[in-house]
Amino acid sequence: MSAPTAAGAAPTGVPATAAAAVQVSGVGRVFPGEGGRSVTALEHVDLTVGAGEFVSLIGPSGCGKSTLLRLVADLDAPTSGSIDVFGRPAREARLGHDYGIAFQQAGLLPWRTVRANIELPLSLHGVGRAARRERADEMLALVGLTDFADHFPDQLSGGMQQRVAIARALAERPSLLLMDEPFGALDEMTRERLQSELVRICAETQAAVVFVTHSIPEAVFLSDRVVVMSARPGRIAGIVDVGLGRSGSRGDDLREDAAYFQAVTAVREALHGGSDVPSRGVETR
Amino acid sequence: MSAAAPAPAAAPARARRAAAAWGHRAAPVILLAALVAAWQAVVTLGDVPPFLLPSPAAIAGEFAEFLPTIASAALVTGTNALVGLVIGAVVAIAAAILASAVRAVDLLLDPVVAGLAVVPVVALAPVLYTMYGASVETGRQIVVAVAVGVPVFVNTLRGLRQVRPVHRDLMRAYAATPRQATRAVTIPTALPFVFTGLRLASSLAVISAIVAEYFGGPRSGIGSFITTAAAGSNYARAWAYVLGGVLVGLLFYGATSAVERWGTRGVRRA
Repeated sequence: MSAPTAAGAAPTGVPATAAAAVQVSGVGRVFPGEGGRSVTALEHVDLTVGAGEFVSLIGPSGCGKSTLLRLVADLDAPTSGSIDVFGRPAREARLGHDYGIAFQQAGLLPWRTVRANIELPLSLHGVGRAARRERADEMLALVGLTDFADHFPDQLSGGMQQRVAIARALAERPSLLLMDEPFGALDEMTRERLQSELVRICAETQAAVVFVTHSIPEAVFLSDRVVVMSARPGRIAGIVDVGLGRSGSRGDDLREDAAYFQAVTAVREALHGGSDVPSRGVETR
Repeated sequence: MSAAAPAPAAAPARARRAAAAWGHRAAPVILLAALVAAWQAVVTLGDVPPFLLPSPAAIAGEFAEFLPTIASAALVTGTNALVGLVIGAVVAIAAAILASAVRAVDLLLDPVVAGLAVVPVVALAPVLYTMYGASVETGRQIVVAVAVGVPVFVNTLRGLRQVRPVHRDLMRAYAATPRQATRAVTIPTALPFVFTGLRLASSLAVISAIVAEYFGGPRSGIGSFITTAAAGSNYARAWAYVLGGVLVGLLFYGATSAVERWGTRGVRRA
């Protein structure tokens, strides 16, 4: 049920579609360092994320999980290998607005209202005023911030700002959502509430998600599969098939389910077993 | 706010707030009036000679008597300051934009700006008078433009470099064109810094315009009349012209503050 599988294994339980949401093949990323001492952030990474699948990347600090996400988003280019998003190169996917993205910092524009922030990607891509407004209303309702549409970001709490960032990422109905520790800076209670909200939103939008996190319970609660990475050089140490049911059927009860704890244990073991530097930098909150 | 304090009834609270606001505004006026009264008292009771310190009443008398001259002198000095401020600011902002975009320009301009910052610009006035002729205002306007350019350039360049990495990533992720990214992120980020530079520059513009007049040129502005009046032992009149210069300075400061409030409305920082 929750057995770690080999790195790069095809997704199980997810129907194989013609074009996977994300196809990472033999990717490496080497950062040139000072005095010719280069740093290998990623090495031989193979990963397939199916359409509509929720995949978490977890691992110790410096394992390259954020680097991998940035490569998928084409915010950075791999030094070897290739990345396809919905069957086309990552760069084309970015230029075609194929994905939505959310970072650890909400990254809202402080001089724009909540509504204008959510409309930002739409206005950049030439969506008309009326359509923008309608979509922003939908998004505000989705993240429960309708009453705060005309507030400015600094008038909101950290959790609310992150919800605005998620609404902004979803504004263009992307089939792929890239999230880089979006709940990393939030307190535990806000974090769990937003996790449940994200599960509900994903069920509604049917988007595939690549989710970078430090937290084992968070990865297990949210994901169909958890990709465990090891550091120096960053590579995939194992993939845990969580198999707790499709995202729509997940509720807060799941956090007390035996299968949930089993999956948490499996991820923890994969983290400790697959790495030279066991569990350093991994928080089990 | 006073969330912890027991909530007072609404009406008295509003009255108290209004009173507080009034007091806030009235306090500096009362202080100024008190200082002027004390000044008058010291001069009258202490029999202070006018060359040491003329009385406020004498200055006010001269101010009223020479009002047309003071007004026209203020107009000349104000025009010089305004022309210099606009030219200096436009050139400085353009240079800052260029320096933020092209690394080579930045490397070229950096020592030049550092050099300009330490040059006593008003001391250039006599040189400029001989270059452009002593009967035109051009030299003074150039002095103002150069003096103003440094703070505007430094602040604008700093503002243009404040774009947060997360915003840069966001613009790239949205495949925004350079023009879109500039409008959506770079300009709004830089604006508060530009306005800070302009506010500093506005006072500097008036000061440089007046001081440049001390070094010669046409006898037309506030600075020239201050030197003339002082040389002719008309101390109260000299002070009346100083008062005129203060008013021009206040006008410039108020105007740039208003432009700043207008230009950064809706801009809030976390």
